[in-house]
Amino acid sequence: MSTVETARRRIPDRLDTPLKGTLLSWEMLLVAVALGIFVTNSLASPYFLNPWSLSDMTFNFTEKGLIALAMALLIISGEIDLSVAATIALASTLMGMALQSGADTPTLVAIGILTGLACGAVNGALVTGLGLPSIVVTIGTMSLFRGIAYIILGDQAYKGYPAGFAFFGQGYVWWVVSFELVLFAAAAVAFWFLLHRTSFGRRVFAIGNNPVAAQFSGVRVNRVKFVLFCLTGLMAGIASVLLTSRLGSTRPSIAQGYELEVITMVVLGGVSILGGAGSIVGVVLAALIMGMVTFGLGLLNVPGIVMSIFIGLLLILVIALPIVWRRFFGRAM
Amino acid sequence: MSIVRKFLAAAAVAAAMFAMPASAQDMKIALVVKALGNGFFDAANKGAQEAAKELGGIEVIYTGPTAATAEGQVEIINSLIAQNVNAIAVSANDPDALVPVLKKAMERGITVISWDSGVAAEGRQMHLNPSDTDLIGETIIKLAADYLPEGGDVAILSASSTATNQNAWIEAAKKILPEKFPKINLVATVYGDDDSVKSTNEAKGLIASYPNLKAIIAPTTVGVVAAAQVVTDMGLIGKVNVTGLALPSEFKQFIDNGSSQAVALWNPIDLGYSAVYIAHQLATKKVEAKPGAKISIGKVGEITLDDTNSAAMAAPFQFDKSNIEEFSKIY
Repeated sequence: MSTVETARRRIPDRLDTPLKGTLLSWEMLLVAVALGIFVTNSLASPYFLNPWSLSDMTFNFTEKGLIALAMALLIISGEIDLSVAATIALASTLMGMALQSGADTPTLVAIGILTGLACGAVNGALVTGLGLPSIVVTIGTMSLFRGIAYIILGDQAYKGYPAGFAFFGQGYVWWVVSFELVLFAAAAVAFWFLLHRTSFGRRVFAIGNNPVAAQFSGVRVNRVKFVLFCLTGLMAGIASVLLTSRLGSTRPSIAQGYELEVITMVVLGGVSILGGAGSIVGVVLAALIMGMVTFGLGLLNVPGIVMSIFIGLLLILVIALPIVWRRFFGRAM
Repeated sequence: MSIVRKFLAAAAVAAAMFAMPASAQDMKIALVVKALGNGFFDAANKGAQEAAKELGGIEVIYTGPTAATAEGQVEIINSLIAQNVNAIAVSANDPDALVPVLKKAMERGITVISWDSGVAAEGRQMHLNPSDTDLIGETIIKLAADYLPEGGDVAILSASSTATNQNAWIEAAKKILPEKFPKINLVATVYGDDDSVKSTNEAKGLIASYPNLKAIIAPTTVGVVAAAQVVTDMGLIGKVNVTGLALPSEFKQFIDNGSSQAVALWNPIDLGYSAVYIAHQLATKKVEAKPGAKISIGKVGEITLDDTNSAAMAAPFQFDKSNIEEFSKIY
């Protein structure tokens, strides 16, 4: 929730546009939108500006935001993973199974994270090993992972997670600052560093812009993509631990529809759906915006369908605005 | 000085007395449903608004997610907690996943009850079932008996032979027969598996096998429609009465054509009404939710909480010529 530090050295993410202007303006636009929504919420509802309300608000985006961080890298590299919500369901189901046979909290967490990692590795192996398009592979594994969860659980539920396990999704580190929020902040810093400050991040951008050129420049394209799929699966596994802990139970329908919300966050955050451009700061801001919008409208008891319309409009507006601006005022924004 | 002080004290007392109804004025009760855009829940909201009007000084917040997911309900309950609502009455998409957030609501002093579709006992103060096994068993026989003053042969067309609900209701019906309806003779129980074709064949079989059959009782919304269609097609209107549990919107034509006198199902309006009524009484501390407690639900009656703090609202609500028109528009 701190203001964004923009005074840093910029490395162009794309060579065909004067990136400094565009990217800067994108993030500034998101900051403006976020501030606007924050002020609107505060004026519209007397309950918004309350530490506990703001803390409850963060739960609307932390789990999806964690996945969005990794998804951003994946989409920048020109791939996509639609199976993240199904991965959450499968990881949660396997944690529940382990619980039935008496696993303790550290084991449960390890199983959740490793299941996510394994799901990501399956996607990565299919895409890079067999050269299949990721959208096809992950539509398939989306049904596969959730299907397995349904076979194991049917219409049953796993419950009775140990008290210590509840900390991950319901615990607070300090006052109103939840564990989920701290984890999201830490992950955001880590992913920012990875994408914008390491050679690995540069390779991700290179692959997204031109995989063939990247290959000829000595970038091991498939290996980088495989790592990105594993990372996305890993984050889905972590999100699964958090969500399972927050709900205190597992059902095969858990996290239904999360994949589209995650991708919405990434696109709203300014990541090009065609690959090659984007920033972690934008994704973090987008997560914050979506959390504030859904919670703010919830405080006004706006029906969910209106909320979906609002998010859709916001998405179109934020994406269209810079294009319209450029058309009418030239490229100097 | 002391006069001033006395005056201030009196004013404070008066203010406190005025403040009581004033704070009652602000009472907010949230009716959280499985998903918006469902006729059943819209009807429940209608009942909730009725109760709010009757009790006075209540604002009912009718809300629910777009898709029937537990995660969506958790987000909504979080925003209700932030709004400091006085009570939450929820029809849950998942009995377990809502427990942590509802516990948090109770910790912050919010009255929490579940209705229609329950929440595990640790996540609510009480649960209101639309009805219970014994009441349903009695109602399905009564629906037939009311139109058979002379008594006679009746048969049951159920769902599948393994359906837990239906079997429990039929058991309860059989138990109550000799006590309350001695003239009714249950000749057979057949199973249509909630499949239109099989239910139709089973209904035809009943009519062929029992020439004196006066009524077919189908405690399933699929079977009851199939049986009424058979009676209509075979020209037996007025001879065989079809009854049971039916959705008014699906069944209206058979009440209209006379193949059925009356059917029954839970009444969502009463359910919403009762949920708000109970939430109001628990939130104002007029009653405490504990096993054995009796809670008034206004015009619907009174409930008694069992060992798990749950209660059944009433016998299924009867639909006949007088009200099927109105309810067929609702659900």
